[in-house]
Amino acid sequence: MNIVEKIENSSLRTDVPQFKSGDTVKVYQKIKEGDKERIQVYEGVVIARKGSGIRSAFTVRKNSYGVGVEKTFLINSPLIDKIELLYKGKVRRAKLYYLRKKKGKEAKIERLDMVQQQ
Amino acid sequence: MIKALIGKKIGMTQIFDKDGMIVPVTVIKAGPCIVVEKKNKQTDGYDALQLGYGEAKSFRLNKPVLGKFTKNNLTPLKVLKEFRGSEIDEIKIGDTIDISIFNDVTSVSITGITKGKGYQGVVKRWGFGGGKDTHGSMFHRAPGSIGQSSYPSKVFKGLRMPGHMGMSKNTVLNLKLVKIDGEQNLMYVKGAVPGANNNIIYIYAADKSGRKLNK
Repeated sequence: MNIVEKIENSSLRTDVPQFKSGDTVKVYQKIKEGDKERIQVYEGVVIARKGSGIRSAFTVRKNSYGVGVEKTFLINSPLIDKIELLYKGKVRRAKLYYLRKKKGKEAKIERLDMVQQQ
Repeated sequence: MIKALIGKKIGMTQIFDKDGMIVPVTVIKAGPCIVVEKKNKQTDGYDALQLGYGEAKSFRLNKPVLGKFTKNNLTPLKVLKEFRGSEIDEIKIGDTIDISIFNDVTSVSITGITKGKGYQGVVKRWGFGGGKDTHGSMFHRAPGSIGQSSYPSKVFKGLRMPGHMGMSKNTVLNLKLVKIDGEQNLMYVKGAVPGANNNIIYIYAADKSGRKLNK
C-alpha cells in the first residue's frame, strides 16, 4: 500500500451502514452556528452513490412540503454525526434521477423490508 | 537558522480539516537531510549549508563528489543542494536536519522541475486564443502574424512562438502547511507542487508575502 492510500484509508469511517440507491436513510448532520453546534436530521431516499474511498458521496432526495429537495453528502465527512438506514428499496437502477420528473405515487419506491434499528 | 529542506513529492489527495471541510493536499516526504558542507563568509563570501538527501550507491557517483562524503565519513547521497542563510554556527557537518524545523511554520514555498510537455504550439504554451474551428475559418491554432515587412524587417526577440514546454524550474509561493507528520517525515501542503510524483523538490519556509525566508 502506498503512502497516499494509507493516508486516505486512515480517515475512512467505519460506522457507516451498507446502503445503496433506493434505500431510505436518515442523516444526522452537525451544523455550526457561531460557537454553538446542533444536529439536524435529514431523511430521504438515496438516489445516487458516487466515487470511492475518501471521495465517496451520496445524494439524498426528499419531498419537503411539496418541493423536491436534494442534498449531497460526503460519506466520510466529520460533519456527519451518523447515518441511519431505515428501509431497503426495490430499484433496478444505480442512479434514480428519473425520480425528479415523477410526482405523487409514481415517485414512491417500493420498500423491500424494514431494517431493525436500535 | 536555515529553514529549508530537500524532499520528494509523494502525490496528491484530499483530507478533512478541523472544520470538516475537504482540503486538496500534496503529500511530501521532506528530509531528513544531512549537512554535507558548510560555507562561511571568510572563505566563500557567503554563509550557506549544503544539504544532501536520499542514499546513493557509491559507484554511481563520480570521484570528486564521492570524496565529499568519504572525507567526513558520511554515507553517499543522491541530491546535493546549497541553502543560504546565517546563524549556522552550531550546525556541524554530518548533522541531520529533519522536518521538525517546520513545526512553527504556517506556509512554505516550493521549487521543483515541472513535467515536460514536449514541443507545444502557441495555444497551449502561451495561451493564444486561436481561431474558430468551423464556419470556414481556415485559421485554427496557428500563431498568426509575427511582425511587419520593410519596417522593422525583423522578428523581435522574445516573441512568443511554439517550442519546448515544461521541464523547467518553477517555484510555487506561499503554500499553506496543513499538517506535519514528524514520525514519517511527511508534510501536507495545500495545493499543487511542480513536477510528477517522486520528483525532487526544495522546500523553503515562507514569510508573509511568500518569499523564501532564508534569503
